[in-house]
Formats: sequence, structure tokens, C-alpha cells
Amino acid sequence: MYKLKRILGSSIKYAALLLGAFIALLPIVVILFASLKTKAEYAATSPLTPPVNWLNWANYTKAFINGNMLTGFANTAFILLISIIGATLTGSMIAYILNRFKFKGKSLMLGAFLLATLIPGVTTQVSTFQIINKLELFNTPWAAILLYLGTDIIAVYIFLQFLDSIAVALDESAMLDGASYLTIYWRIILPLLKPAIVTVIIIKGVNIYNDFYTPFLYMPKTSLQVISTALFKFKGPYGSQWEVISAGIIIAIIPTLIAFLSLQKYIYNGFAQGSVK
Amino acid sequence: MLKFSNLSYSKQRLAIIVAFSIIPLALLITFAYLPVINMFKYSFSDWNGYSKRLEYVGFENYIKIFTDPEYFSVFKVSLYYFVATFVQMGLALYFATILSFQTWFKNFFKGVLFFPSLMNGVAIGFIFLFFFKPDGTLDTLLQAMGLGSYVKLWLGNPEIINISLAGTSIWRYMGFNFIVFLGAISSISSDLYEASDIDGANRWHQFRSIILPSIKRILQLNLILAISGAISAFDIPYIMTGGSNGSETFVIQTLDVAFKYSKVGLASAMAVVLLLIVIAVTLLQRLLIRGEED
Repeated sequence: MYKLKRILGSSIKYAALLLGAFIALLPIVVILFASLKTKAEYAATSPLTPPVNWLNWANYTKAFINGNMLTGFANTAFILLISIIGATLTGSMIAYILNRFKFKGKSLMLGAFLLATLIPGVTTQVSTFQIINKLELFNTPWAAILLYLGTDIIAVYIFLQFLDSIAVALDESAMLDGASYLTIYWRIILPLLKPAIVTVIIIKGVNIYNDFYTPFLYMPKTSLQVISTALFKFKGPYGSQWEVISAGIIIAIIPTLIAFLSLQKYIYNGFAQGSVK
Repeated sequence: MLKFSNLSYSKQRLAIIVAFSIIPLALLITFAYLPVINMFKYSFSDWNGYSKRLEYVGFENYIKIFTDPEYFSVFKVSLYYFVATFVQMGLALYFATILSFQTWFKNFFKGVLFFPSLMNGVAIGFIFLFFFKPDGTLDTLLQAMGLGSYVKLWLGNPEIINISLAGTSIWRYMGFNFIVFLGAISSISSDLYEASDIDGANRWHQFRSIILPSIKRILQLNLILAISGAISAFDIPYIMTGGSNGSETFVIQTLDVAFKYSKVGLASAMAVVLLLIVIAVTLLQRLLIRGEED
């Protein structure tokens, strides 16, 4: 009886897992199929039919070149790089002083960062837009970069959490050797924060790469389009050419897939840690 | 030459506190607090976003939002996403629980279930346009299973469009909840399971008396995030339908009012209402949680 129950329980478990995996994969797999079909083939076959020729890259070249995806990748890379370096530096700096020093206004500062998490970014876009406009940053990559830096609160929490586990004794022994606070931060704290930095890079990176409304609202200029906005533009001219749109979709997903497969371990840890606090 | 390391530690301390906090604080004030303050200010005006003239009109914008059914009806759309949130959390919790125990191909299932939450929002929007379009993935699948009679205009029928879109949102965000739950469950000491095994507990008992209490806080945190996410739903409906056929959410409407119709004053009032709702929900959640713990 007990054994029967266990077998039944585990069949339900695997059935649920397989169904879950099927639902997660099917929408993506059919897009991959469509992206490798010729126009005539796409029109004649059902979405569930695999392509005849698995090496038909014509749609990919068309999507990549006509869709200006290279510009998209270049802009995304530039914004990602600057934002991530900036977020890592500012986040770890503020976390360092908040964790290591006692000073007036410290709890106020911490509270200010905490309270800001209550404000959903998307609600304040209308007036954030006016600020960006006044700073004359509209239609420059700096609009997105500043916004990605300015709203970074998760990073501060992750760094604070990690700093707790770095012994203060390390700072003290460095001070006995005459190291300045700046040296301590740069030579001791920052290298020890490496796991936290990887976590922040991943979380920030994913958010920035996938963000749509910031570049859409603040950088409408074609030469400034990022992957999200470049892909969104396919909606117009390629509205019915699903084989080309599909290739564009796959091109946009590939970097995420590569990053995911190579950083799996860190990503799992990072997301769990990032959301606990 | 004046070197930083030659300063006394107390002077260094002061310098470093100022130097390290000035940029993050400036960014926080400029891009988190100033917009909120301005938003309240604009919400009492008739400003159009570019002219120099700005007249204060008192509560006129707010009265319009609450009396004109056109503005208020979009909240009904949020309910779909709100309900979807619970489905999403339930699924995430189920998968996280079964995958925290011995399972074949554990890493494969983990990866597949989680990957969608890392994907580009625009790509997801397009993928599901293809999924729901007439003769698209879903219709073909239903026909193949002999369920052809259930085929509908998934994105053309105002009665079901929001269900389709909320379904997409579940697909997109379930993996994130899942991975967070998985992390929380894996931090439970295995001794607890062993002890309960000896006491003859089955999986359901273990779930109810060990897992659920241990991840309660994360569950509540996720719930708060999910609820404010439901109220501020934007990406998926905007990319997929542009808000047509009754799928317009509050945020789409707010941005349209501000940027398409140049009514920044009115849009700000809408954003204030949205912000207050999100804060109220969050505070209510926290109060309820605290009440429960006492």
C-alpha cells in the first residue's frame, strides 16, 4: 500500500515536471522552428512542424542587418558596461561606509534607501522624464545609465549582507600597517566582495538587458536603440513576416542563454540572495 | 605633497564618508525622491509637459479620475493580473518543493522552469503574439489534440484577452518565484526532514509543518512584490496589444495620457493614485503579517 502510494506520488511529480517543462519550452521551440523556415515553407507548414533545413540562416542575416541589431548590441553593451561598473562602485562604497562606520545620519541614510524600494519605478516615469529633460539627457545613452545607477537599491543590500561576513579585524590589522581607509576599501574589501559583485552584475545585467520602457521612453533615436527597442521595431515593417521576427527573437535570446548556461551556479545563488533581503 | 594616507584616521573617516555617499545619495534624491515630490506638485496642475505656463487647479485631476468611468475601468484589468499572481505563486511553490527533494534530471527541470524569467520582455511579448495568434501555436496544438472547438480569438476577444495576457505573465514570472522559493527551501536543515521521517511524516506533513513555516517570510515578500507588480503591469500588454481590446492597464493609460495626449498634470494625478495604492497594499500586508506574529 505504502509502495503503491509512493509510485503514484512520484508519477504525479514527473508528470507535473514534464508538463511544466513542455509549457516552458514549447513557445520558444516553435519560434526556433519558424526562424529556420523559408517564407513559402512558413506559409505552408504548421507552427509545430520542424523546419526542412536546419541550417537556413537567411532569416537571421535579414533580421540582423535590416533590423539594425548590431547597433542594438553595441548600445546595449555600452550601457551595460558603464551602468554595471558604476552600480558596483557606488553600491559597494555606500555599503562600506554604512557597514563600517558609525556616524550621524546613518540610519536616516539607510532608511532613505529602504523607503525608495516602496516606490515602483514605473509610477514615477512621468515626472522622472521631466528631470531627464531638464538635465538635457533626453535621447542620450546617459539617460538610461543614470536611471540604472540611481535606482539601485538591491545592490546596496547584497553588499551590506556580504560585508557583515567580512571580519572587521582585517580592516584593523591593515590599519596597524598604516593603510588608509581608501586602501582598505580598494585592496581588502572590494576583492573580498567578489561573490557579491558577481551577484550584482548578474542581477543588474539581466534587468538592464531586458528593460524595455527606459530606452523606449528616454532614447527613441534610432541610432541609440538597444536590443529591446530594436526588436520592438520589428513589429512595424515585419508585422506579418514571422520567420524574420522569429530570427530576431532568437538573436535577442541567445546572449541570455549563453550567460545562463555559463553562470548557472552564480545565477541561482544570486537570485536567491538578492530577493531575500 | 598631501597624501590621503597621511591624514589622521578621524579626518580620513569624515572624508571617506562624504566622498562615498555623495554620489549614491545625489542619485537617490534626483531619481527616486525628486520625481515623487514633483509628481505630487504636477498632479494639482494642468501642465502639458512643455509649456512654461503651469496653473494649479486643485483637486480637479483627482475628481476626474474618480468620476470618469473611462479612467477607473482600467483597474478591472489589474484584477486579472492579481489573480494570476496567486496561480503563479502556487505553481512556483509546488515546483520548488518537489525539486528540493531527490529527482531525476533535477538541474534540467530547474533550468527550464527558471529560464523564461531571464528572457527579454520584448522577445516574450513577440513569442506569445505568435503563440496566441489565429493558427498560431496554441490553436495548432488544440487542433492536434482534437480540441479544435475550443479555438478562440485569444487576443481579439475582449472577454478573454486579459486571461491570455495574464497567462503570459505567469509564464514569464513563475520561474523567478520558483528560484527564490527553491533557495529558501534549500536553506532548511536536512536534520528536520530526517527527524520527521522517523516520526512517520509524509511529504504533505513535511510541506505543511517544515517547509511552509520556514519560508513564510519569503512567501510574504514575494506576495507583496507580486501584488504591486500586478497593479503596475505594463510590458507584456503594451508590447503585445498596445492596450487595445480592453487590455489597457493603468500604467499604459498613464503613459498615454502623459506623452500621447500631453496631459502631464492628469497623468501625474493618476500616477499618485497608483503609488498610493501600491503603498497601501504593502503597508496592509506588513500590518497583517505583524498581527499574525503577535
